[in-house]
Amino acid sequence: MHDLINLSGRVAIVTGASRGIGFTIADTLAAHGADLILASHHDAELLDDVAHQLTTTHGVMALSQTGDVSDPSTTAELVKMAFGERKRLDIFVNNAGILLDGLIGMVPQKDIDATIGVNLIGVLHGIQAAARLMSRSGGGSIINMASIIGRYGNVGQLAYGASKAGVIGATLSAAKELAPKNIRVNAVAPGFIETDMIRQIPDDKYAERMQSIGMGRIGTPQDVANIVLFLASNLSSYVTGQVIGVDGGMVI
Amino acid sequence: MANVKEKIDGVFKDVIGIDPKNEKDKLVYNEIEGWDSVAHMTLVAGLEDAFDCMLDMDDILDMSSYDKALEIMAKYA
Repeated sequence: MHDLINLSGRVAIVTGASRGIGFTIADTLAAHGADLILASHHDAELLDDVAHQLTTTHGVMALSQTGDVSDPSTTAELVKMAFGERKRLDIFVNNAGILLDGLIGMVPQKDIDATIGVNLIGVLHGIQAAARLMSRSGGGSIINMASIIGRYGNVGQLAYGASKAGVIGATLSAAKELAPKNIRVNAVAPGFIETDMIRQIPDDKYAERMQSIGMGRIGTPQDVANIVLFLASNLSSYVTGQVIGVDGGMVI
Repeated sequence: MANVKEKIDGVFKDVIGIDPKNEKDKLVYNEIEGWDSVAHMTLVAGLEDAFDCMLDMDDILDMSSYDKALEIMAKYA
């Protein structure tokens, strides 16, 4: 079992890695031996600190690169870094995302563009760039961050829900196209997870959502990272085109 | 440039089974048998391996003929 989950010698890219779920994913992959290329849109200094911390703690390579994933040159550059450093890419975690809520009719165009740009277009660019290098090195695992909102929808999350539903559609199509190249593509659909995004929610909404979780607790970034680790490792070597909920039995 | 051409010819021949030396007509993507979209991605991977590089997406989409491939790959040589 230990060998199946060992990621030593593998190269992983994680977007949105400076904090929250992305940081915990990076930390978990590094703890299992993966060398990392980390990306974040903001705060180059924080991302550098994260890379340094992971190198020191886990003894793996951890490089950092800031950039907006809605710009195709960002993911292309990340993959080129993997090629330049190791000539291979094994794991790509399309995690970067933004949450800009608003009731229908009250959502400005710039919020729609930003949400679709980062959450969906960024994932499409990531899949395109990752698949090319993975196909040259015998395969790999692409893991896309969807959401329970992308499966079931929610009030006030028109653009966010659309973007995450789009991620699921992209995952299913990419899985079919890339399976012959031994590239697995799966999505993770978190429910209510304790992150900075969630802390923006008003108290009454927070309480309402807690009531809807069957297991009676909010999820942790580690709950999500554990599934990403499963999908990144050989434990899931015959799993592709799946959307795995990490939601504690949440009902929306 | 001769070396670039040699490498490209080798990739066309070995990866998608088209030998540019034996083709009388111009080699154009999607116009000759054997160079469809699936073959194109295989060809790109072969060229990237041969030149030890990663092509920009614009160059991949722009590589619409053998002549264009020569022009583009010269940048990566």
